[in-house]
Amino acid sequence: MKKGVFWRVILITLTVVIAAIFFLPNTPLFQGMPDWWKKTMPNKGMVLGLDLQGGLHLVFEVEGDKAVEIATERIASSLPGILERKKIQASVKKDGLLVVVTPANMDIRKVIEDTYPVLTLAEGSGVLKYKLSAEEVQRIKDAATDQVLEIIRNRIDQFGVSEPVIHRQSENEIVVQLPGVKDPKRAVEIIGKTALLEFKLADDESPLAAELPASIMPGEETQLFERFRNRIPEGDEILFQKVINKETGVVTKRPVLLKKETLLTGDLLTEARVNIDERFNEPYVSIRFNPAGAKIFEDITGQNVKKRLAIILDGNVYSTPVIQERISGGDAQITGSFTMDEAKDLAIVLRAGALPAPVKILQNVTVGPSLGRDSIEAGKMAGIVAIILVVVFMIFYYRLSGVIADFALVLNIILLLGAMASLNATLTMPGIAGIILAIGMAVDSNVLMFERMREEIRTGKTPRAAVESGYKKAFWTIFDSHVTTLITAAVLFQFGTGPIKGFAVTLSLGVAINLFTALIGTKTVFDVIQTKKEVKRLSI
Amino acid sequence: MIELLKGTNIDFMGKRRYAFIVTGILSVLGIIAIVQIALGNANLGVDFAGGTAVQIKFAQSVSLHDVRKALEEGGLKDFDLQDLPTENKILIRVKKQEEKLGGFSEKIIQVLSNKFSDKKPVVDSTTEIGPKVGSKLRKDALWAVLMAIVGLLIYVGWRFQLRFGVGATIATFHDVLAVVGIFYVLDKEMNLIVLSALLAIAGYSLTDTVVVFDRIRENMKRMLKEPIEAVINKSINEVLSRTIITSFTTFLAALALFLFGGEVIHDFALAMLIGLVIGTYSSIFVASPVVVLLGKKR
Repeated sequence: MKKGVFWRVILITLTVVIAAIFFLPNTPLFQGMPDWWKKTMPNKGMVLGLDLQGGLHLVFEVEGDKAVEIATERIASSLPGILERKKIQASVKKDGLLVVVTPANMDIRKVIEDTYPVLTLAEGSGVLKYKLSAEEVQRIKDAATDQVLEIIRNRIDQFGVSEPVIHRQSENEIVVQLPGVKDPKRAVEIIGKTALLEFKLADDESPLAAELPASIMPGEETQLFERFRNRIPEGDEILFQKVINKETGVVTKRPVLLKKETLLTGDLLTEARVNIDERFNEPYVSIRFNPAGAKIFEDITGQNVKKRLAIILDGNVYSTPVIQERISGGDAQITGSFTMDEAKDLAIVLRAGALPAPVKILQNVTVGPSLGRDSIEAGKMAGIVAIILVVVFMIFYYRLSGVIADFALVLNIILLLGAMASLNATLTMPGIAGIILAIGMAVDSNVLMFERMREEIRTGKTPRAAVESGYKKAFWTIFDSHVTTLITAAVLFQFGTGPIKGFAVTLSLGVAINLFTALIGTKTVFDVIQTKKEVKRLSI
Repeated sequence: MIELLKGTNIDFMGKRRYAFIVTGILSVLGIIAIVQIALGNANLGVDFAGGTAVQIKFAQSVSLHDVRKALEEGGLKDFDLQDLPTENKILIRVKKQEEKLGGFSEKIIQVLSNKFSDKKPVVDSTTEIGPKVGSKLRKDALWAVLMAIVGLLIYVGWRFQLRFGVGATIATFHDVLAVVGIFYVLDKEMNLIVLSALLAIAGYSLTDTVVVFDRIRENMKRMLKEPIEAVINKSINEVLSRTIITSFTTFLAALALFLFGGEVIHDFALAMLIGLVIGTYSSIFVASPVVVLLGKKR
């Protein structure tokens, strides 16, 4: 036997066996394997992409500007107290992203700049205008994205999705992939809700409170706001409570005049649970504050007996119970005509905490499970038809050599599937298309070699010499044509999103494996045939 | 031995003037298509244009007319409808931007679920792309095509001579333009999946070109006295059958994908089929003539 042929046969057999072991988990056969096999051997295989198994792909943008605004607001609201303690008279206002302080003098400047080194002076004549320094703005935005990521992860854990993918894509973008989610709309709501829980007092003493209509239709909010805009007292605001008529199901909005000041927020929660109200058989969410929150809650309730306390989530009033007495212990309830799912979801988001900045959906791709199943079936069908067409054509055109090329083709497919399984690559529909195109391309190298061999035979060479020089001369052509495909695959991988990446992966693996099967696979078969006896005629 | 083409002796270079007309028409078509895409007049998929697409599967067939009426009564405007009658599927696209994503798809699903509840509608997929993502994807796509072409130019220029690199690059560019142009004429949607087909075509069309160039390079060393046109003619004739067969086997695979691969991949397969034919044409009638145009020395 020719030198090295034996070892090449061993190498090919070995790679096929290894590929088969890696690919096994993707076949039904894996279930029938003994337990020790399932534990010790590769057991994951290829992963189905969202387009094939169904699921949700979301891209969120964290509105970092809002986080900066909140931070500015916080400084503007605590500054008067700080100045007061130093016995300095001054007025502090927030104007967009600026903190405006009058009068402008050095004493005030010193206090402010010592207390808040993160502020920089934007304007200093007449009035003092401060804004957060560029570094601080960057830090806040960065931290906001990190926190949002963490909180979203928490919420998804509690919602219960297997194998979610959550990662940061850029400075302010977060990608969330939820395979196999049954109710995408609900998932989007849980993830995207800011869930800022606030407690504010209703301002029932203002004459305006009595004048506000009891209810308006949804959509009329701006109109109502325009009508009363000039009469809203300083430090007050109007928010709305959704009211559902239990008999007719009609939704209306009730305007509520509130003191702007937030007395307590959801940060200090330790627990949020769903309970059922026995009287109306209606779910509600009960919350419990930590000791610090409970103390604040006790103070608020103690100081405002007989007033109404509004419970507000993301700017919507949920309920406005009248405070009957001082409440200690830190327990409260949020009611508001919830369905069971709504109450459960609210409890989840309250437990996971509020997002430090609102998020906006940039991209939402949802694939239902049936489309994915159809795609897989169609892909299998197309793959089988492609193999039959190519195999038959090669045998028809190249006879016995065509059979050898077909052997390389089958080898190519097995190794490609094995390689993808060993990398736990994600199989997407474009990825399946890549595999099918690879079936067509797999025989290309053999076509190039066979055509070379035919040329060599025409010049009168013996079959053995024709095979040898055919391989040698076709090598660089094959190599160059493969590299060009690899270059575009690399670009696709760099640029593409999920499904396209899947295509790039199969395309490049297919091309690389093709080099192996064409140059080593078929060559070995020719060599094996020719070691037996001197072939007189090459069937090509 | 079955041979597709036996000892052909076609004067390819002599026919290059006719070829330039075909090439010119295809390229102009492609340029018009790209201008139209840039102006937003072409049929861009929601991934590039931004907007909402919802695909719904019904248990029985529904008429496009009924769906349109139902959606209009539901208060939706500016939407496109497309159906896949064999599978009772309807694709609804709204290319208008919305400030907060989700409103259109929710409304479409709600309206159709109520109106056609007897036909058991199931949501196959929804895609909502915000304006920011759409414009980023458009920009990325342009970069990807340019990067791929520059990469190929560098590789072929390095492996062969620069003029071969230029010839191959122009041929590749031509193929991409031609497929874009034909898609525009057919009013097919340009989307991410079609774009990846374009890049695959760019890579694959070079396979043929490299085969031809390889032979030209080899023959240039042997046929020292012949004019370059003759060398190229002989080379193309020599490798003609393998150029066609390699494309043909891939064409068979793409055909299987086109016929049986399902709707998700249908346009991808169509682009591949067109691209494979044009790629083979261009390696003979675009790449090689450009090499001649760029100089007659060896």
